[in-house]
Amino acid sequence: MAVETHGTGTLPQIKGVKDVPYDELFVSGHRTCQGCESALVMRHMVKASGPRTIVLGSTGCMYVANTTYYTTPWVVPWMHTQLGASGSAALGTAAGLKVLMRKGKIKDEKINVIAFCGDGGGADMGLGAISATLTHKDYNCLVLLYDNESYANTDIQLSSQTPYGAVTTFSPSGSKKRLMHTRWKKNVPGMLAAGHPESRYIAAGCAAYAVDLMNKIRKALELGGPTFVHTLDPCPKGWDYHPQYSQELGHLAVECGIWPLYEVMDGVCNLTGPTRQIAEGRKKRKPVYEYLKRQGRFAHFADEDVEHFQHEVDKMWTEWLIPGVIPFTVPAKDQTILKIDKKPLHEQKTA
Amino acid sequence: MAIQVKEREHQDVETEQLMSGCEAIAEAIRLADVDVMAAYPIRPYDGVMQAAAKLIANGKMDVEYIVADGEHSQFEIVKHACAVGSRVFVGSSGVGWFYAFEAIAVTAGLRLPVVAICGNRALDDPGAFGTEHNDSLAVRDLGWLLPWAETAQEAMDLALMAWRVGEDKRVSLPVAIGLDGAFLTHSQQIVMVPTQAAVNKFLPKFDLGDRLLHPDNPITIAPQVDQDWLMEIRMQNDQAMRKAHDVITEAHADFKKLFGRGGDNPFLDEYMTDDAEFVFFGQGTLALPMKVAIRRLRKEGHKVGLVRLKWFRPFPTQEIVKSLSRFKAVGVIDRDYSFGSPYYGGVLYNEVRSALYSLDKRPTIVGFIAGLGGREIEQPMATDIFEKTKAAAGSIKSGDMTHWIGVRS
Repeated sequence: MAVETHGTGTLPQIKGVKDVPYDELFVSGHRTCQGCESALVMRHMVKASGPRTIVLGSTGCMYVANTTYYTTPWVVPWMHTQLGASGSAALGTAAGLKVLMRKGKIKDEKINVIAFCGDGGGADMGLGAISATLTHKDYNCLVLLYDNESYANTDIQLSSQTPYGAVTTFSPSGSKKRLMHTRWKKNVPGMLAAGHPESRYIAAGCAAYAVDLMNKIRKALELGGPTFVHTLDPCPKGWDYHPQYSQELGHLAVECGIWPLYEVMDGVCNLTGPTRQIAEGRKKRKPVYEYLKRQGRFAHFADEDVEHFQHEVDKMWTEWLIPGVIPFTVPAKDQTILKIDKKPLHEQKTA
Repeated sequence: MAIQVKEREHQDVETEQLMSGCEAIAEAIRLADVDVMAAYPIRPYDGVMQAAAKLIANGKMDVEYIVADGEHSQFEIVKHACAVGSRVFVGSSGVGWFYAFEAIAVTAGLRLPVVAICGNRALDDPGAFGTEHNDSLAVRDLGWLLPWAETAQEAMDLALMAWRVGEDKRVSLPVAIGLDGAFLTHSQQIVMVPTQAAVNKFLPKFDLGDRLLHPDNPITIAPQVDQDWLMEIRMQNDQAMRKAHDVITEAHADFKKLFGRGGDNPFLDEYMTDDAEFVFFGQGTLALPMKVAIRRLRKEGHKVGLVRLKWFRPFPTQEIVKSLSRFKAVGVIDRDYSFGSPYYGGVLYNEVRSALYSLDKRPTIVGFIAGLGGREIEQPMATDIFEKTKAAAGSIKSGDMTHWIGVRS
């Protein structure tokens, strides 16, 4: 089979759509739903990483619907891992390869290790293991969290990534309770970036911005060490919309400021795509209503619910230290934090 | 056993050292050239990880040593390291073992030869540090090979056997060695440590063959198979477990040839059974107090012996049938419980009775539950077990009961 190779660990940044590798390492024949953006994330992920890649797949849609015996879409080696084990799978695989290469038991070469998990596997059950993995800086591995905002494979139950108020099978809208789910979405990439300063690359992406996403995956793999990429994946079944609108909803999530695109590389935060344009005032955020009204899971929203949603997203842009990343504000009256003496200790004057 | 070794020609290749069961396992890790191990603290198994950490820190072995964030991660890490061709080691105890349960189940399903120790410990709640076999035994149906050690020497020997048997392509199953908490994990004994050259003769390099996960071998491992294929795959696991019996026998014979240890029977260790009418049956360190009791009872004229089980899985049914059918009565001593089981017996009791069911001439098999939570089996308890076993002889039916031994009223 002719597949593009990138030499030993050279994954250059993709300059545009025409520069995207032609060969498919995630092929057709799988059984995901029409319009499934998570399947697209998988395709982009291995397109970006190339054939010298091992993929570990945590239980979820991308296992059960995607990787069925006789219809596996994976051209690269692939192995199942448990729901909460994507971090450990990445770590164990990377550690195994590293020691076998060091001891001369297998050829010493660059092999990309990517473990993926859904929002249930990554943001709920497997968060601890991902966190641990991001502290093991001697191992090269990427954890990719594909976030379709519910346990979509098991019948659309809410996860800690399900947006405020959304209907799921665990949070139906009823005559007594309009909103069963009133928790705000957990800020996973921000928390991981803040909590794991030795991880060289943590990013938030979306398959609707495919080149941006592929470049983020390449950066993560190129920089090495344990890295993390979180993608927001519109899900026709879970979000209740026609499959043809998946890309549009991905765009809207970013344009409404609900899902900021960014990367934290070697401790430097960089907003990307439309998020950067919004931050620089070159583009105006769209009202969240544009996004909410397109999805059946928000069809029960009263005006006050939309207002609350808008208010929380506004807060992210007006009060957070970095929108979508650091949810703290620095009080206007007390700018101590911003005035911290940043000189090295030996250069500081004693008080 | 140490005296036996000195008489053999390979004696000069071994060194005699004083070490605990945990330290003996750590030596086995060094000798087996393990590639990846994952640690997480829980007593008493973690003595192994502490001993191994010292060996690594002092440059005695080259192992990727990962301190995990919990037992589930521990077992998942080594499982995945194993899939890319690493020889691995892991372990836990008690509720820690249970925290890893999901990973433990899938490791057997995946047919990955992970080697673990279970430093047997009572399950919470309420808390107790001491030995109880329910942690290891909880995985008895899943496809893990389960040997039990009596001494630090046997712990080391079984560990070396574990990689050889587990990694054999005819078997390809994980192995969990049972080490009684405190009694074995933390008691020091004289251990003969073999040389690297001798171990290399016994233990071939780990080779997963066409099941290796690598870009040069782009396979898909464990796709969703559903009802379409699961039963065929389960039956392959069953066949692997059946084959394990002969592979253990082979490995045992080679081990004995090289190191002179292990006794005549790979599965059972018999003590003073030649003329015995009654025997105790059990596994692990309870052999020690029972041997003391046997010597004492024999002085009083009782024909009593001990049959110790060395491999619980695969259960050596034929060996047990052959051995136990010679006696009038067998007192099965369980350091475990199985609440609500037939005759409210322990796990061993019901397994042994099941193995002997179709025999025309069966011994009476009485159940005893003793030494839970690390309680010592003291001599009056051993006497009590003997008297109850002897009294039950002659009537098969009088074995249809389980006695709790040494329990305050």
